[in-house]
Amino acid sequence: MAIQTQQPDAEERISLATQWQLIWWRFRKHTLAQIGAVIVILFYLVALLADFLAYSDPTYVEAQRSLLPPHGIQWFDDGKFAPFVYGLKGTRDPVTFKRVYVTDTSQKYPLRFFGKGFEWKFLGFKFDRHLLAVEGAPAEEVLFLLGTDSLGRDLWSRLMYATRTSLTIGLLGVTLSLFLGILLGGISGYYGGPLDTFIQRVIEVIRSIPTIPLWMGLGAALPREWSVTQVYFAITVILSLIGWTELARVVRGRFLSLREEDYITAAELAGCSQLRIIFRHMVPSFLSHIIAATTLAIPAMIISETALSFLGLGLRPPAVSWGVLLQDAQNVQSLAISPWLVIPTIPVIVVILSLNFLGDGLRDAADPYG
Amino acid sequence: MLSYILRRFLLAIVTVWAITVLAFVIIQLPPGDFVTIYINALQSSGSPISYGQAEAMRAQYGLDQPMYIQYLKWMGMMLQGDFGMALAWNKPVKEIIGDRLTLTMVVSIAAILLTWTVALPIGIYSAVRQYSLGDYVFTFIGFIGIAVPNFMLALILMYVGYKYFNMSIGGLFSPQYAEAPWSLAKVLDLLQHLILPALILGLAGTAQLIRIMRANLLDELRKPYVVTARAKGLSETRVILKYPVRAALNPFASTIGYYFPYVVSGSIVVSLVLSLPTVGPLLLTALVAQDMFLAGTIVLMLGVMTVIGTFVSDLILMWIDPRIRMEG
Repeated sequence: MAIQTQQPDAEERISLATQWQLIWWRFRKHTLAQIGAVIVILFYLVALLADFLAYSDPTYVEAQRSLLPPHGIQWFDDGKFAPFVYGLKGTRDPVTFKRVYVTDTSQKYPLRFFGKGFEWKFLGFKFDRHLLAVEGAPAEEVLFLLGTDSLGRDLWSRLMYATRTSLTIGLLGVTLSLFLGILLGGISGYYGGPLDTFIQRVIEVIRSIPTIPLWMGLGAALPREWSVTQVYFAITVILSLIGWTELARVVRGRFLSLREEDYITAAELAGCSQLRIIFRHMVPSFLSHIIAATTLAIPAMIISETALSFLGLGLRPPAVSWGVLLQDAQNVQSLAISPWLVIPTIPVIVVILSLNFLGDGLRDAADPYG
Repeated sequence: MLSYILRRFLLAIVTVWAITVLAFVIIQLPPGDFVTIYINALQSSGSPISYGQAEAMRAQYGLDQPMYIQYLKWMGMMLQGDFGMALAWNKPVKEIIGDRLTLTMVVSIAAILLTWTVALPIGIYSAVRQYSLGDYVFTFIGFIGIAVPNFMLALILMYVGYKYFNMSIGGLFSPQYAEAPWSLAKVLDLLQHLILPALILGLAGTAQLIRIMRANLLDELRKPYVVTARAKGLSETRVILKYPVRAALNPFASTIGYYFPYVVSGSIVVSLVLSLPTVGPLLLTALVAQDMFLAGTIVLMLGVMTVIGTFVSDLILMWIDPRIRMEG
């Protein structure tokens, strides 16, 4: 610690730094990657706190309020900060017979932060506090920040839960692919020979098959009577069964190039065991690359799940994911009548963009000597 | 060189075989078979059929035999060019998917051609004018292209087209040509409708290729031979186009092999959104109805076509890159 506070000159600082310090310094230069990191962390916080951030029960169906447009909060009442929402009245348009909603300014529902709403469970405990809550009426009946879907369910609250599903499926799927990728890529790269050839051919075969038709086939094959959780895990497995190939290639490539490095030869000559070479000398030097490759693999997972659910072959209701939400926006007619149903595209795009920036920055930083 | 081609060819054969097995497994996975679904449909419409009739149907379609025999039978039929009946349509599969398969390929190839023609010059520009305004703009568009899943892009463009231009985007033909026989006017009509799907399908790939091209070219531009070429007094255009661009093209070409399956894959979802008459919408209905011959043939045909595409791209790669030619 004492040495660091003395501010050694730049060159000395670099030669004294550990690899992770070098990576960190290099990462700090990537503004976009850091912005990406912050956004990704925020989104995963949303995933964690979905119950708290939602204010309505996402499964609360009320056909009377179907396809209600977004309904904003009034922040000031009589010049004082006192957020409230106006009540809504549904009427029929006398000419077109379409259902229209009129703001009823005579009814005011004050909003409370950290107020009470529907009950949710977390780690076995029961809670009923939410970031936003309505006084005087259930939130399900008066508060619609982003409007409602065709069954009258609140889009904002469903979006919170969808974020949780889609983000965790990405993370879980990548973990599974990473396991397969490191195992098979590692074997392939470290041992080489016929085993390597075989694994490489398998990867080539898998990669030359168009994935979406394959996923569609597998997704359609999941029994209809399976529970939400079963389908969730099955979809994760299906996505990773094909997704591991890219990670395996990265791992194999790293192993192959590292095997030729002088310091590995030196370690071999010094009499290190194989395990020591792998874990003490090789893994630390490619761990950062693997982390970067993994980050870049998550968006692909998220897009795949979204596409599959969008087609109705992935997660199915009552599960909520971004793809499931977008199913409502499948055709131009529904977009024309209720454009707010496309809102779920925004988080998808933002998350994927952020993860790409983050992964890119990590990949550059992973090679501090490059 | 010959052994390289042979090796690639053998790999293609193995891949095709693997795809047949996969296609068959996919079709067999769901519980029940076509007849069960057929019976359910009849029952819900109020005219149930008897157990005997159901069994007769199963025997007729060979659904009562063990799995491997069904597979061999299916393969045997395929090899003779008989793809079976699309059960729900009561028509031979060949008749239903023929045109759609061609259109799938047309859309995919159009997307790839567009990707190439757009990505190559932009990639060169971005590398030569690194950190210029244009470079930043293209990098930004590129990132958007990667981040927006193509079916969402289709949705958004469709909405924008409807809302602000009051036109409906979608389909591959104008109504008057949809059922018409092929003619020059119909081809022109198709080309007009092709631009948008090709753009949507190609955007993500274009973005990636621009970045690959830019990175490769930047590496090449720093090499001493570029300085030598400049010192010799070659014009800047010639310096760049003659050597570094050609060297940077190698990894560019090698990615097509993986890019082709990706585009075909994407065309399935995009077709559903834009209601293009490709095999995409057909595959979805076939899978939902568990129409074994139809869904199986589509998955198989898409696979076979991507394998052929990959094989062709390998040949192109060999033609571009002398190192591969010499090695084999």
